Amino acid sequence: MVTTALTTRRAPARGTTTGPARRAHRTRLLHWIAVHAVALAAALFFVLPFVFVWLTSVMSDAQAMSGALWPHEWHWSNYLTVFETPGFLDWWKNSLLYAGLGTLFTVCSAVPVAHALATFRFRGRRTALLLVISTMMLPPQVIVIPMYLVWAQQLHLAGSLWPLILPMAFGDAYSIFLLRQFLLTIPREYLEAAKVDGCGELRTLLKIIVPMARPGIAAVALFQFFFCWNDYFGPQIYAAQNPASWTLSLGLESFKSAHSVNWNLTMAATLLVMAPVMVVFFFAQKAFVEGVTLTGVKG
Amino acid sequence: MASTALAPPALRRKRRRERLRTLGFLSPWLVGFPVFFGYPLIATVYFSFMHYNQIEAPEFVGLRNWTYVLTQMPLLGPALWNTLWLVVVMVALRVVFGLGIGLLVTKIKTGAGLFRTAFYLPYLAPPVAATVAFVFLLNPGTGPVNGLLGALGIPAPAWFNDPAWAKPSLVVLSLWGIGDLMVIFVAALLDVPREQYEAAELDGAGSWGKFRYVTWPSLTPIVLFAVVTGVVQTMQYYTQALVAGKLASGVSIGPGTVIQPGYPDHATLTVPQLVYSLGFQNFNTGAACVLSLVLFVLAMAVTTLLLRKRAGLLRAED
Repeated sequence: MVTTALTTRRAPARGTTTGPARRAHRTRLLHWIAVHAVALAAALFFVLPFVFVWLTSVMSDAQAMSGALWPHEWHWSNYLTVFETPGFLDWWKNSLLYAGLGTLFTVCSAVPVAHALATFRFRGRRTALLLVISTMMLPPQVIVIPMYLVWAQQLHLAGSLWPLILPMAFGDAYSIFLLRQFLLTIPREYLEAAKVDGCGELRTLLKIIVPMARPGIAAVALFQFFFCWNDYFGPQIYAAQNPASWTLSLGLESFKSAHSVNWNLTMAATLLVMAPVMVVFFFAQKAFVEGVTLTGVKG
Repeated sequence: MASTALAPPALRRKRRRERLRTLGFLSPWLVGFPVFFGYPLIATVYFSFMHYNQIEAPEFVGLRNWTYVLTQMPLLGPALWNTLWLVVVMVALRVVFGLGIGLLVTKIKTGAGLFRTAFYLPYLAPPVAATVAFVFLLNPGTGPVNGLLGALGIPAPAWFNDPAWAKPSLVVLSLWGIGDLMVIFVAALLDVPREQYEAAELDGAGSWGKFRYVTWPSLTPIVLFAVVTGVVQTMQYYTQALVAGKLASGVSIGPGTVIQPGYPDHATLTVPQLVYSLGFQNFNTGAACVLSLVLFVLAMAVTTLLLRKRAGLLRAED
């Protein structure tokens, strides 16, 4: 619709165009060119790193060291070599375990809490909400030391991913807040109608709220999945001692050390770590953008 | 109406049922908050007065950890300075750049979807992967960026390997991942009522006047939001600085290995990195807890200061 503006503006026959109109047309054309030139330059800044990384990932060892931009020969087998690196498949397995279970636990615990904070009237509701918000503000470094001591010394679970996964069954502040903001947009009349029909609270939640809040839940789930997938600090604290529990973040960081010369393999591994994120984004663009805007504008 | 007609015992039963229902729905958080937030916060304060090496029993030492961290600890100065530098420069540039890209996106007419995706995608790249990629791209010897700059005859810096350029390199990496801010700004820009632009136009406002008197006033809450969340995030800045320092130093190490963080020349050492190395490498639990509390107090002070100016941010709760 907007794109056609330029072509329709060109439509009037040459003879009928008056001087000022032609000038206006020209400034508009120049404006269009200027905006798109700037956009193109900006796009290069965002896209070129991906392109360079990908080109390097299919170079030979020697060429990757040379600062060359274009591969002489295309070594697609680099990707196979990465997968054959000891540990690489385990890192994938661990990342999937952490991100998969973490997301499941977060959604299951955040939905009822967010629902209560959004719709129930009870004493201390405001305080509870403020506590949730303040949890979001707290740097993770502040509480990590005592938590680590509990997991390591009392529960003997350090060296695994469980200290990261299990707490997610008890509500993640960020997800609770995001979902609550989303649930506020559901008209209360639906809840009252359900009540009149004799629907219990739990049934109302599962049969009415959850289906209506599906976009919000999808956004929370996506965010949590990528938070876990991208997390480095958590796995570094709890899983680093035990290479069998390493996630892709930990593995990728040490990958470069193990292949100290092979930038090509390192870049191939980097792309393999990014790949799932990019693929999911293309299928779930809407939920992503919705989630970001929701947190941003309402946050 | 119905409730007033209820006999007192029935009313009480109803109230109790409602309370139980609320408690039931809140139960995950009611358990999680004290266990994973309240307890460790109190324990951090407790350990800040203890000498504890995680082997022998904790021993009360009064304010010794506090005076040690605040007056004698090596590297506190560089860590505080780097964190402050990043908070000021990175947050300011991110807001300006994010707003710029947001404005650009709303003006693009051809291929808008493609441009938007291109601007957004890097935000999703896992931080470790993005950092590894940037250490390679900006590598002074083997990186394509300096290859390109060299071919153009532009003198290229040593990026992550030069103390003066290491932090600016981290800023470049962070600007690359501006996608989240861009989306927020675009949403806010599209929310500005078009009539206001038309009114301003009638008053003879040019593009600057329209930005100054229409766009900017309606954006200020979003800018404040971006600044506050940016400050909080940057005070926790950890992964990218640590990974960049480790990789650029070229030392053959894996996670958990003891190295002096902040390569080159402590230029990338941030406060959270210092907390980690105190607590998990030097096993000086007391000092690590003191430093993390300092970080907490600083973060709280900055956010309340910023929010005091505009309470509007918390209005969202009603």
